[in-house]
Amino acid sequence: MRKYIYALAGGALMLGAGGAWGGCAFDNTVPLKSLTAGFEAWKAVTGAMSECGNVEAELDQEFRTKQPAAFAANPALYQIGGVSNGTFTPLYDAKTIRPLDDLVAKYGGQLKPNQLITLDGQVWAVAMMVNAQHLMYRSDILSDLGIAAPTNYDEVLAAAQAIQDAGVVDYPLGGTYKAGWNLAQEFVNAYFGHGGDFVDADNMPTVNNQMGMDTLALMKALSAYMDPEYLASDSTYVQQQFQQGKIAMANLWASRAAAMDDANESQVVGKVTMAAAPMGPAESASTLWWDGIVLAANMSDEEADAAFRVAMEGIDSEMVMANNDAAVWLIDGYVPGMSAAGAAATAADGARPYPSATWMGLMHTALGNGIAAYLTGEKDAATTLADIEAAYTQAAQEAGLL
Amino acid sequence: MKFRVFAAFVAPSLLLMLLFIAAPLVSVLWQSFHVTQVEFETVETEVCTPGFITQTCQTETRTRPVLDEDGKMVSTTSFVGLGSYRKLLEPDRFVRALGDLNWRGVMVIDFWKALRFTLAFTLFTLPLVVGMGLLIALAVNSAAKSIRGQIIFVSLLPFIITPVIGAISIRWLFVGDGILTALLEWILETDIAVLANPWSLEFLMMFYRVWHVAPFAFVVFYAGLQTVNNDAIESAVIDGASRFERLRYVVIPHIMPLIVFVALIHLMDAYRAFEEIIGFSSQAHLISLQWLTYDLLTPDDSGNRAISRASASAMLTMIGIVVILVPLLGKTWRDHKAGSI
Repeated sequence: MRKYIYALAGGALMLGAGGAWGGCAFDNTVPLKSLTAGFEAWKAVTGAMSECGNVEAELDQEFRTKQPAAFAANPALYQIGGVSNGTFTPLYDAKTIRPLDDLVAKYGGQLKPNQLITLDGQVWAVAMMVNAQHLMYRSDILSDLGIAAPTNYDEVLAAAQAIQDAGVVDYPLGGTYKAGWNLAQEFVNAYFGHGGDFVDADNMPTVNNQMGMDTLALMKALSAYMDPEYLASDSTYVQQQFQQGKIAMANLWASRAAAMDDANESQVVGKVTMAAAPMGPAESASTLWWDGIVLAANMSDEEADAAFRVAMEGIDSEMVMANNDAAVWLIDGYVPGMSAAGAAATAADGARPYPSATWMGLMHTALGNGIAAYLTGEKDAATTLADIEAAYTQAAQEAGLL
Repeated sequence: MKFRVFAAFVAPSLLLMLLFIAAPLVSVLWQSFHVTQVEFETVETEVCTPGFITQTCQTETRTRPVLDEDGKMVSTTSFVGLGSYRKLLEPDRFVRALGDLNWRGVMVIDFWKALRFTLAFTLFTLPLVVGMGLLIALAVNSAAKSIRGQIIFVSLLPFIITPVIGAISIRWLFVGDGILTALLEWILETDIAVLANPWSLEFLMMFYRVWHVAPFAFVVFYAGLQTVNNDAIESAVIDGASRFERLRYVVIPHIMPLIVFVALIHLMDAYRAFEEIIGFSSQAHLISLQWLTYDLLTPDDSGNRAISRASASAMLTMIGIVVILVPLLGKTWRDHKAGSI
């Protein structure tokens, strides 16, 4: 009985996934497994891949902790992997993913050069979308109060003060300031905005300086306009604050933009405008991310062949047409809608790509664990930054990087 | 029982304990004294990544691990003695802060901050769990027989819920304008942010733990209450003992071994507090020792993790549990010896 119910549920799932778009151009006979993140865009892509048959898609937000070990196994536990520029590094460094040049030549005619992640002249991943944190604001509130759309952080702070004084929302600002990865990412954005670099040529840390102090001061100033529980608020929480009309501005991921106009969830349909990430004192305070597909090194060439064809079906134009607003796609057939405006403007402002490097992982962790103590007032800025550098140095020495 | 028979009965369990408890412990101990470092090289690499419209290509200096012929990373493991323990405990900074009588200076060191919370959490919840468990058990024991089953079932519910799920559900009642926060705000007419203050978070986490574990204590005590000798109670009544005196001089001494047992289990569990940190996402304000180990063990985006320090942290947690259990174990041992003479 139980088996029967599972079969039914599985069938319904496939029907549901299959009903949305055209189906697969070929019939896949090689059993394949994929491990990707679980957000909306990956649901669309793995759904399209599953239509080819014999594809078992695993969508897991904790994919980053599983992938390095799963791909190092021989044969690899997953043939297809979803990565971003942050999680690409360990797979590339360990060479547990394979170069894709031959397969791109054979089956990848529709790919644009922009999609090919190339290192040392070889293609290692095929990107499908870009992502960035950028400014979203309630255009109705700003125009009611006669505030121009902020383009830099001084203007953001001024606008936040004006909105606070007017008292039209609970909190003028939202922020993905959850201690750990999210908080560190906000620091990375703002520190780049101040023109900083995280390490020097010898991988020694370089955050304990005036730019680091200014970045911390900026984050503290912004946090004063946020929900007091900001240290527990992640992207989903900020998205909901927006949808429920509790906040007026936030620096949020482009992949969350479409949710603002989702009438099923949002009370602010049509009222949220996407704009470029605010400029820091030196440059754009955001980082560019890409998400894409890699193939495991430890599998037969036949499997790789099938896996690549399936992956191409997952990121084809049909999928994009059915899920146009799920992401800022790099794929042909994508019509950049209103929700892509912010990401495009941020890229045009020259936001740097998030660094794909071993030291960045260590730095991100050190930042994520260290910054909260400054925001809660446990440490002053100088101690915070010195401790972050010490934590980074310690971890980098243990890893063998220094 | 003959020794051979005894050995035959005990051997399987001993073997499994060696395999699944002793061996991993030895391995963790070994790892806490050693650091494995990957060998890195620096190369110039041309990297092309997508921009929104066009590709961005740049030549960058990349530090990457050296791979051998089999494609494995070249790594060396070296003995570091107590190095990892020293990095965790930061003794110099700790002693300096203590010397200055600077409590905040001590609390900015992760390990001591975690130890402070873990100890407070464990020791505050212990009497509450034992007390609440005993209260519920006494209440149920004196309730009418016809409704006991239902009361027991309802009282057990919090214990059945998976800890993380329970913590997250309670968090939802309070986070942002959750139902209970909204209610409190309405009653007190002020703006409340429960998750923004360390003290309210700590209170909520302790409350959650007591709510979650008290049913366990209740079940154990309730079972013990069924074995209280009725003759003893009746004699106490005839001697004019009040309700409280009967509890104090007859019931509690009778179930004392159970109280010690519940206390032991609770100390071990609470010292490993972890679900509360995740469930209430309190890591900005409060961390526990177990969370510290978990955090060191979690790989970052580039796949690095601090195995050696995580092992050292795990060993320190274990030592802490042993230290905290010593008084109770000592008491049990003395009682046992006294009983056997």
